[in-house]
Amino acid sequence: MTAFLLRRIALIVPTLFFVSVLIFGLQQLLPGDPALAMAGEEQDPAVIAFLREKYHLDRPLPVRYALWIKGVAQGDFGESIRIKRPVKDLVLEKLPVTGELAGLAMFVALTIGVPAGILAAVKRDTVIDYGATMAALWGLSIPNFWLGILLILIFSVTLGWLPASGFVSPAESLKQNLLTLIMPAFVLGNAIAAVMMRHTRSAMLQVLDSDYVRTARAKGLSEWSVVLRHALRNALVPVVTLGALEFGALLSGAVLTEQVFTIPGFGKLIVDAVFNRDYAVVQGVVLCTAFAYILLNLFADIAYALVNPRLRT
Amino acid sequence: MTAEPLDVSLIDIEPVEAPWQRTVRQLKKRRMAVAGLVVVLFFVALAILAPLISPYDPLATSWSAVRKPPSSLHPFGTDEIGRDVLARIIWGSRASLLAGVVSVSLALAVGVPVGLVSGYLGGVVDGILMRLIDAMLAIPFLILAIALAAFLGPSLLNAMIAIGISQTPIFTRLTRGQVLVVKHEEYIEAARAVGNPHYRIVLRHIFPNIVPPLLVQATLAAAAAIIAEASLSFLGLGQQPPDPSWGSMLNTAKNFISQAPWMALWPGLAIFLLVLSLNLFGDGLRDALDPRRG
Repeated sequence: MTAFLLRRIALIVPTLFFVSVLIFGLQQLLPGDPALAMAGEEQDPAVIAFLREKYHLDRPLPVRYALWIKGVAQGDFGESIRIKRPVKDLVLEKLPVTGELAGLAMFVALTIGVPAGILAAVKRDTVIDYGATMAALWGLSIPNFWLGILLILIFSVTLGWLPASGFVSPAESLKQNLLTLIMPAFVLGNAIAAVMMRHTRSAMLQVLDSDYVRTARAKGLSEWSVVLRHALRNALVPVVTLGALEFGALLSGAVLTEQVFTIPGFGKLIVDAVFNRDYAVVQGVVLCTAFAYILLNLFADIAYALVNPRLRT
Repeated sequence: MTAEPLDVSLIDIEPVEAPWQRTVRQLKKRRMAVAGLVVVLFFVALAILAPLISPYDPLATSWSAVRKPPSSLHPFGTDEIGRDVLARIIWGSRASLLAGVVSVSLALAVGVPVGLVSGYLGGVVDGILMRLIDAMLAIPFLILAIALAAFLGPSLLNAMIAIGISQTPIFTRLTRGQVLVVKHEEYIEAARAVGNPHYRIVLRHIFPNIVPPLLVQATLAAAAAIIAEASLSFLGLGQQPPDPSWGSMLNTAKNFISQAPWMALWPGLAIFLLVLSLNLFGDGLRDALDPRRG
């Protein structure tokens, strides 16, 4: 296990290096002089000179990368040009909001996707299976920002049951907080539910065909006991680890969902930064997302190895 | 007595079905896939024939027809500055389909050669390329596309480039995996033994094996690219106003949701239908190309 862990962690190092190079390299895509592009419309010479000095733009590229990555390693992700605050603070401030949204969305995805997948596998090739499979395809094909707009139209504009937008901190009012997050969490969780359903269905089908399930059936156990206690336990292993990989889809989707429901999270931060040409914030947010994703993948792999001894060697 | 020359036409040879014929036959059996293809072709026709069939100029504003609900004059209604929504849906299909085609072509053009080289050469080259691909995959797809579009500047072309780059690693991974599978097959060894140069082995003997899974992936990636273009345009990073795109139409519609809900209905429905059809077709194609099914 230790050898597996060490090898798996060693593999992260080059990935992290390339991620940082890629994100640093984004700057090079800016047309013309980056200092001019970052200075915005005013083009104040003092600002340009300041930026050139601050980002060491007069130094060669590898030196600039080294200086930048040194800062990142010390937790310095740069500073927002518009809001004049460290990127780190902005990210830490928005993280809990998106975290709560993502957590609720994952909850929605699991409570819909896993039971639907079990049912589809158990009732294979019946109307239920086709229905669930079709619903999953719909869930994957519907643009989540459109679904959000439709839900606002139905539940806020027409019925007036739920607030259309805004965010209330759970510290202020937990009830209001949950009310504002029901629709966004459903919108965000919906597509992941579809993926989860597909994973659960195929994992269950595989397990239901196996010898030990036949043995359990032969012992005369009830069908529910066979499905839930014997089959599901093993089928859930790949589902959970594959679920961790959906974290990326969750973050991508959060950007759009937060935009539709005006939720002040991570996604809103990056979109606003893009329009304010606040490039340091864009880089910081992308970097944090990639770090989080790499770490989550690592945990998923370790969890998978823990329950599946064959992978440890 | 001399032997008669052999009359080949007399020999009874069973006609062998070419792989593509088999695929077409399999595909025809799958009604949902055929239905998907029909809808996709419908949208393609819409995009090509837009100048002929569009009832109005998609950019023509009319202050006397601001936010009119659907009527016989404007079947899909009008938008906030009196433009015909149907005309904008028809012309907007061009942005979506173009995004599907251009992004995926870019991803194929970069991803496949890199995958071929990486898989065939192996060793250090493969190691470095794969770590780079890992790094790209570590950044969530849409966030990478947003970041690229942000630095390239907002436009439809840049959005397509950003989406294409973000999709490249999937094709590299797929190609490389397939190369590793066939690389040690005997016919490849045989091709090498008779002295074929490397490029010829890769292009003539390895590449044809990879085409079927690439076709399936390209179809599904086109669906993802269309959603991504709509997403970027929705955020304001794709098609710029006043040119029509379904995503940017939804962005505007969001602000008029209570006064003019039809503005939000049609563009979303169009994206949904096109993407669903591509997914159905892609799933059917995957099943049809799978030799284990029949």
